[in-house]
Parts: sequence; structure tokens; C-alpha cells
Amino acid sequence: MTYSYYPGCTLRTKAKKLDTYARRSAEALGINLEEIEQWQCCGGVYPSVSDEIATRLSSVRTLAQAKKAGNELLTVCSACHNVLKRTNADIISDADFNFRANNYLELDERYNGETKVVHYIEMLRDAVGFDELKKKVVNPFKGKKIAAYYGCLLLRPGNVMQFDDPENPSIMEDLIRALGGEPVIYPFRNECCGGYITLEDKSLAQKRSNKVLASAQEKGADMVITACPLCMYNLVKNGTEHDLPVYYFTELLADALGVKQEGEGQDNE
Amino acid sequence: MQRIGVFVCWCGSNIAATVDVKAVAEAAKGQPGVVFATDYQYMCSESGQTILKDAIKEYGLTGVVICSCSPRMHEATFRKAAESAGLNPYMVEIANIREQCSWIHKDMEVATEKAIILAKAAIAKVQLNKPLVAGESEVVKRALVIGGGIAGIQTALDIAEAGYKVDIVEKQPTIGGKMAQLDKTFPTLDCAACILTPKMVDVAAHENVTIYSYSEVVDVKGFVGNFTVQIKKKPRYINENLCTGCGACTEKCPMKKQPNEFNMGFDKRGAIYIPFAQAVPKLPVIDADACLMLKNGKCGLCSKICEAHAIDYTQKEEIIEERYGAIVVATGFNQIKPTQFEEYAYNTCPDVVTSLEYERLMNAAGPTKGHLQRPSDGQRPKTIVFIQCVGSRGDSCREKSYCSKICCMYTAKHAMLTKDHYPDTDIHVFYIDIRTPGKNFDEFYRRAVEQYGVDYIKGMVGKVYEENGKVMVQGSDLIDNKQITIAADMVVLASAVEPDPSARSLGTMLTASMDTNDFFTEAHAKLRPVESPTAGVFLSGMCQGPKDIPETVSQAGAAAVKVIGLLAKDKLKNNPCVAACNQSVCNGCSQCANVCPYGAITYVEKEIRTPEVREVRRVAEVNEAVCQGCGACTVTCPSSAMDLKGFTNRQIMAEVDAICR
Amino acid sequence: MNNEQLRDEIIRISGTNPSKCMKCGKCSGTCPAYEEMEYHPHQFVSMVQKGDIEPLLESKSIFKCLTCFACVERCPRSVEPGKLVEAVRLMLIRQKGANHFDAEDLPCLVDDDLPQQAVVSAFRKYSK
Repeated sequence: MTYSYYPGCTLRTKAKKLDTYARRSAEALGINLEEIEQWQCCGGVYPSVSDEIATRLSSVRTLAQAKKAGNELLTVCSACHNVLKRTNADIISDADFNFRANNYLELDERYNGETKVVHYIEMLRDAVGFDELKKKVVNPFKGKKIAAYYGCLLLRPGNVMQFDDPENPSIMEDLIRALGGEPVIYPFRNECCGGYITLEDKSLAQKRSNKVLASAQEKGADMVITACPLCMYNLVKNGTEHDLPVYYFTELLADALGVKQEGEGQDNE
Repeated sequence: MQRIGVFVCWCGSNIAATVDVKAVAEAAKGQPGVVFATDYQYMCSESGQTILKDAIKEYGLTGVVICSCSPRMHEATFRKAAESAGLNPYMVEIANIREQCSWIHKDMEVATEKAIILAKAAIAKVQLNKPLVAGESEVVKRALVIGGGIAGIQTALDIAEAGYKVDIVEKQPTIGGKMAQLDKTFPTLDCAACILTPKMVDVAAHENVTIYSYSEVVDVKGFVGNFTVQIKKKPRYINENLCTGCGACTEKCPMKKQPNEFNMGFDKRGAIYIPFAQAVPKLPVIDADACLMLKNGKCGLCSKICEAHAIDYTQKEEIIEERYGAIVVATGFNQIKPTQFEEYAYNTCPDVVTSLEYERLMNAAGPTKGHLQRPSDGQRPKTIVFIQCVGSRGDSCREKSYCSKICCMYTAKHAMLTKDHYPDTDIHVFYIDIRTPGKNFDEFYRRAVEQYGVDYIKGMVGKVYEENGKVMVQGSDLIDNKQITIAADMVVLASAVEPDPSARSLGTMLTASMDTNDFFTEAHAKLRPVESPTAGVFLSGMCQGPKDIPETVSQAGAAAVKVIGLLAKDKLKNNPCVAACNQSVCNGCSQCANVCPYGAITYVEKEIRTPEVREVRRVAEVNEAVCQGCGACTVTCPSSAMDLKGFTNRQIMAEVDAICR
Repeated sequence: MNNEQLRDEIIRISGTNPSKCMKCGKCSGTCPAYEEMEYHPHQFVSMVQKGDIEPLLESKSIFKCLTCFACVERCPRSVEPGKLVEAVRLMLIRQKGANHFDAEDLPCLVDDDLPQQAVVSAFRKYSK
């Protein structure tokens, strides 16, 4: 299976581990990731209102590139996934945005939402299959209590993201089980870490991140996994009241599949 | 050529404010055959009808067109008036210039033009009308009530008391419905069992009532006065004639781990069980999915114990066919399981329960014998939060759009009953609005606040989560403009009510219309609230919309009166607008018989004589007593042999021509 | 702009309809930034409905929203309060010189680990 792969800015710099282990694990699982040529930033704007056009254009370009390649578009970063998937939905449902975005971009062929946007974890579930994945695990996380942190962007708005039940998700827990770990279900796994507010009001981000970690710790977690570089940053840098280790899910995946090299990535990001 | 009179109604301002009624009457005057045209404020009023009758006599009218509201509203009124003036009632046509014109247009010019076109179409049709005479059919003097909750029980009792036979079909093993699960009832707090169970006994003992419990309606044919219904009696695996209801069998069953539906799954029952002590009929039933004997033939313990030899593992489902003059739908409701609202943690936290579950936890006959214990650890909850409007009054895909109506009152009831038992309990109620329109209802709710000190918080809960053994409730207090978090021991969700899922397929069988929420619609929201638009089908209780027990009982009685009124008649006038076959062109292809939903078409060998042919052919014949005039055969017939009286192809084409002219 | 025009403009930008609100307060029962806000989510909806936009434009509340979509997800009436907050913020920062965030402010806020994503998002949210 071949996907058009969209890493996004952060995965090239601050979140290299998220990217590296995603690629390495995909290779081990026989999934071919073709990086989109000359990709640009997704726009980073968690689009909320209907009259913002320009900030969503780069996403439309990316989506159109995947369409040209004839592949589904695979993302790992929660933020990129949210922006791309929602922009794609807007192209389909908002005729005004569709018209204006297409006119502005002057693509060879008008883009009307043909590309399917897939998150890496969805690919693991649907293309690989959690049962198949389990068979390929060589270093299972036996006895490890792992708390999946979903945050906001993978789940909401639920009617567009359709990633999982936004109030009671289970896909990352299923992944943890496939990797041999014991998932910890805790109430704040779908509550915000503070996001970009860390630049505006650090104390708010600290409050939010500590609350998430406290909730995971109360339910007995040994570690937390996430798919989002900004969640990672907040939980580690702002959630300082708790010393729960936080990992990208791809790092655990690579480790379980035996494609993480010795001495590599012992610390958190 | 007919002599036609046209009468344009203002309907007060309903029509006249948007349609120039005088212009419509003027325009009608120029139409072929029209000898008289006028307008009047309320044509349906007595003086309006007098104008109609006088005109029929004075101008010798042979056809009438009334431009007014929908024929569903007043066609019968005007036909009756015309008949009393000596005109055949089927020479009256209605042009609907209200629902299909004045109510949907704003611009007077446009609306008037359309009203004139509609009038012209009706005039063109009435030119081709022929006097029709209604036949008669017999009324089967027996009623069917579908559903054996308080609505069905009350309807059946009232019909039976009037001297008519009535059958109740209940899909559960016992009658009683949701009311049997309740503890006390608002606003008087009488015990539900004390007022319901005597009625259950009465209805079962009534000589005019037959109860088919553990049964379902699977097929309905026929029409008002003469329905033929098939009832599937599911196997109980108990010989009802032998069983004494002693219950010995239920005690020895080894499969004791089945969730007890009656107690909302809080305790267990055996594979053979009696739903609850006051069940009617008091007969056990075997759960075929759980019974070892039925699954693999190994066990048979209950059979060995039963001294009456009433256990019958070979029992099969049985289809009973019965004829009825009237059918009452009383299929009731369910409280939704709020699994789609996980912000309230119903799936993940055992101490978050629905109000019906709470009802069982409070009930003296419930799984905890009336001692309030929280499900997770059996401890008595000291702080309880009630959340109202869970899944009701919404606009997203998750919620019901309607107000569930009963929750404000039963939540106040729960709060007070809890405080009565355990005065030291802290109770908080999150509400959006308090809706207590009913006799002594608001006083009841105020008592909870003023005498019992229940903390009513105007606001809504955003998230419920479990933390350190407490159920944390985070919500808004809009009066204090605060976000608050309450550490509770238990949370009770007043989740929405919805029609029983069996209603949908039943609605299809009965061709009774439903709204988008699957509540049955009434024939008229105000004036015919207990009748379905399908003749002979009546509505009782929650199947029509959310309502409390007093309202349900009132509606149940009203439905019974309508049924009695129908069964009291020996004959019913049929609709003469039925299909007829022009046998000289019928080629006997059977397509009409295949599409007829009423089985009204049969085929006969008949000698056909026309100037061209003389032969014996197989041709269609319509049973006029059975035909309901739906018209499916007329559009199916490839040789245009089928036609509908009162709506002939020629009449419809004349209307279309008039519109297009 | 008068109040009515301001209201219509916010409704246009946001693409939502505040008059669907039934004033249940679930948004404010949900909001993780509630304590930091002078005007709370339910007040945003109510004030937008009335055209009372000026106080919102002047309030720090518009920079406290985390765009976490929790209120959008849980609103039973599909009012989507978070979109109204965003619309008011955009109305402000689209005005000349009204950026809440300048590139010059950045170096002292950024540490080595801060992902680009945060910077991009913050700029999108706080600057034109």
C-alpha cells in the first residue's frame, strides 16, 4: 500500500522522532510512504470560521497534489491532520470556499475534495490491522500501563474528523493493546493541553497540562503517548508537576517492532 | 354542461390577507359552466353553509367548487351541506387556496393568480364529476390494543366496560409497561404499583378482554371496521393452561446470571423467570438464548421440578389471525441509553445512571430493596447530581429535538424521595429551564426547593469524570456566572424519551403516519388528537408524543371513546371513490392485482362483447368494499382499463389542462 | 458600524447562528479557559446575539480561547460558540495595527523545544 506522505514543518525540525519512527515503522510494516514534493506548511490555523480563505490555501494545494498522485494522503501530526481533513471537508461542503480557493490556486484541474485524508493510526487500524500489527511486534510492552493522550485535534469536531467517538475514543487504546501494553483510560485524555496558548498565557498552559497528567497518573499510568508535537511540548515543558514520561506513539511503535536502534531516543523530546 | 357555483372563502384573514378573494370570484364567473360565484368570510360557518345551500337551490347548481382550506379540513362539511340541499355530495370539489396558496405566499398578486388557477382546475374537474353513491360495509365488533402499558390497559378497560370485546397484544411476557417499574408517581407521590397492579388484575380478569402477552403484531390487512391482523405468539415454553405460577421452576434454574431487564440489569435472573412478582399473566417464560435445555438439550431441571408438568420445551411460535373493527396503538416509549453522550461518562462510570435506573434503585421492590446504594461499591451516596435535558431539546445529530416533558417533574420527585429517606443527602440539579405546566406541578417542584433544600443550578454540565473515587461534575452556574465542579457520589441523567423501536414497523403495517421522531401523528393536532389520519387507527399514550401518566390515562380514555363510537355502528359508509375496471379493454395481465395493497382485485373469466370482439377473457374485477381508492392500479394498468371514480384520468387531465391554459 | 451591523458581520465571519442558542450554558460548563475569561462562552453567544460586540473586542477574553472545540463538540444546539470567539478576534486583528502579536515579541517567548506549529498557530490566531 502506498500513501502520499505529508510530514509537516514540525516533523522536520522539533519533532524528528515522530517522523523518523513513523517512516521506519511503516517500512517494517510494508507500507510505502511517498513524501509529497515541495510540500508547504498546512496553514496551522485550526480553521474555525467560514470567511478565512488564504490561510487554508496551502492545505488545498497539498490535497490536490495527493489527488494527482492518486494516493490517499497520510499525516502523523495531529495539527496537520486536523487542518488538512477539515479543509478537505470545507472544499466539499462550502461552495463559496471551493470556488474562491480553486480560482486563486489556478490548479491544472479543479480540486473538489477527492483526496482521502488518513491519519497514521487509522492506517495502522485499517490497512495493517491491529491484529496483524500484534503479530509483528517483537518487543511487546508487557505490563506497561500506557495512557493515550488524544488532545483536541484528532477528535474534534467529531462530525468532520470522524476519527473516533470524541468523548470516549478507543483507537489509541487498541493500538496500545496491539503493542502489548495495557491501556489506561483516564478522563482528561480528550481535554486540551493548552495548545498555542503557551505563548500567550503560560500559566494557563501549565494548568491544563498538569491537569491532563494528573488525571493519567491518578489512573495509574506509567507513561503517556501522543501524536502531536505541541501536546508533547506542553505536557513536558508545562506539565512540570508530574514526571510521567511522554512519548510519540511512533516511538513506541518502532520500539515494539524492533526498528528502534540501540541508544536512540532514550529521553523525551 | 354542469351548472356550477363557486364559493371563495376568506378564512378570516388566513386567505383574504394574501389572496384577493373578490378577484378570484370574478375570474371564476367567466369560466365555462359557472353560473354563480361569490366570496364570504367563513364558508364553513353556519351562515356560509346557508349561502351554499341557498345558491344550490336558487341557481339549480349541479356542481360546486369551494375555494378554501385543505379538503382534509372541511371537504366533509361542505359535502354534507350540499347533500342537505339535494346535491350529490360527490359533485363538490375543493380548491385548496389556503395551505397550498395563501399560507405559502407573501405576494398578493402572485397568490391571487395562483388561487385563480387552482379554482379553474377545480371547475374543470367538476365539469366531469358524476354523482357517486357510497356503499356500506359491516363493522367487526372487536378492538385491538397494541401495547399493554398503562395506556393500553386503560384503553382496553374502557372499551371492555362499554361491552365490546378487546384484545391486548403485549410484546413483553407481562403487561404493565414502564409504569410497573416506577417507584412513586408525581405530583401526589402515590406508589405506582399500588395504583397500577389492581388495573392489571382487572384487565386480565375482564370477561371482554383477551391478553396476548409475549406476542407481536406481524401483519395488518383491511380497513376501518374490518381489519385482519396476524399476531405472532412467541413461545414461552410453558403450557399456560397447566402452569400455576408457583415459581418453583425459577428458583432451581442453574443459569442464574442473566441480566434482569425489569431491574435495568442491576441484578440477575434465571433463564426461566417471572419478570416481577405482580406480573400479569403470572407465568414464567424461558429465555431461549440462555436456557441450556433449549441450546444443547442438557439440563431440563425446571421440567423435573414442575409438579404441574407445565414446561414444554417443544413449544413453537404460533400465528393467530383475528378480525377487528378498530386498532389502538399504545406502543409507549423507552428512555434512551445515553451512550452517545460520553461527556456524562455513562459508559465509563458505573455511578452515572439514568433516571429509570435510579427509579429501580429507589424502589422497595427493586434490586436493593429500596436502600439507595451506588452501583460501584454499594455505598450510600451522600452527594447526588441530577442532570436534566440529556439528549433532549437539541439541534445536533445526537439529540432529540423535542422536550421529553416528564423529566423536570420526576427529577424533583427523585430529589424529594431521596431527601425523605436520607435527609443528609446533598442534592444538586442542573437545569436549563424548569417546565412544570400541570395541576399542582409547579407547587411540587417548589416544594423540592423550599422545603427540601434541593440546590437547583441554572446551567448545564460540560463534563463528568471519575477521580479518586468521586464522580466529578463540571458545569456552569449561569446565575452566579461561575464554572463549578461538584465532587459527587452519584450522577443521575434525565435522558430523553423516544418512541419504542417497534413503532416504526407497526406504523408501516398500519399505514399510519409518523413524524421524523417516529411518534405517530394525530389526524388533527387540536381537534382529533387521539385519531391517526388512517381511519380506524387510534393513538393512546407516549406513542403519540411525550406525556405523563395523568395525560396518558386521559388520552387512553379518549381513544377508547372513539373506538366505542366506531364499534357502536353496525355499518360504515364506504368511500365511493374506488377503482373500477373497464373490462372491454382489460387484457388480464394481473399487474393491478400485484400492486393492490388491499387485495381488492380478483380475476374472472367473462364474456366480453364489443362491436369488434366477442370472446371469453380473463379480466380484472374490483371488490368495492375492500378497495380504498389509493389509485395504484390506475397508474399501473398498461391498457388504461383501470380508473378511479371521482379521480378519473379524464378529470385529472382536465385539471392539468386548466392549469396550463 | 452600529450594533446590528457588528452582529451581522460577526455572524458572517463565523458562519454560525447565535439565535439557535437555548441558553443552557453547556459551553461555559465545558470551557477549559473559563477562569481566564472575563466574558465566558455563553456570554459571547448572548452578546453577539444582541450586537454588544464592542466590549468583546476590548476584552482580553478573545485571546484566551484555546480553539479546543470542546464547546463546538458539546453544544446541543450547534451554535458553536468557539467560532464566535474566533470571529470577534478576527474582526479585531483585521483592523490596521491591531495585531496582538508581533514578530519582535517572539524571541523572548520561544525556547529551543517549542514546535513551529505553536508559532504558526499563535500567529494565525493573534495576528493578521
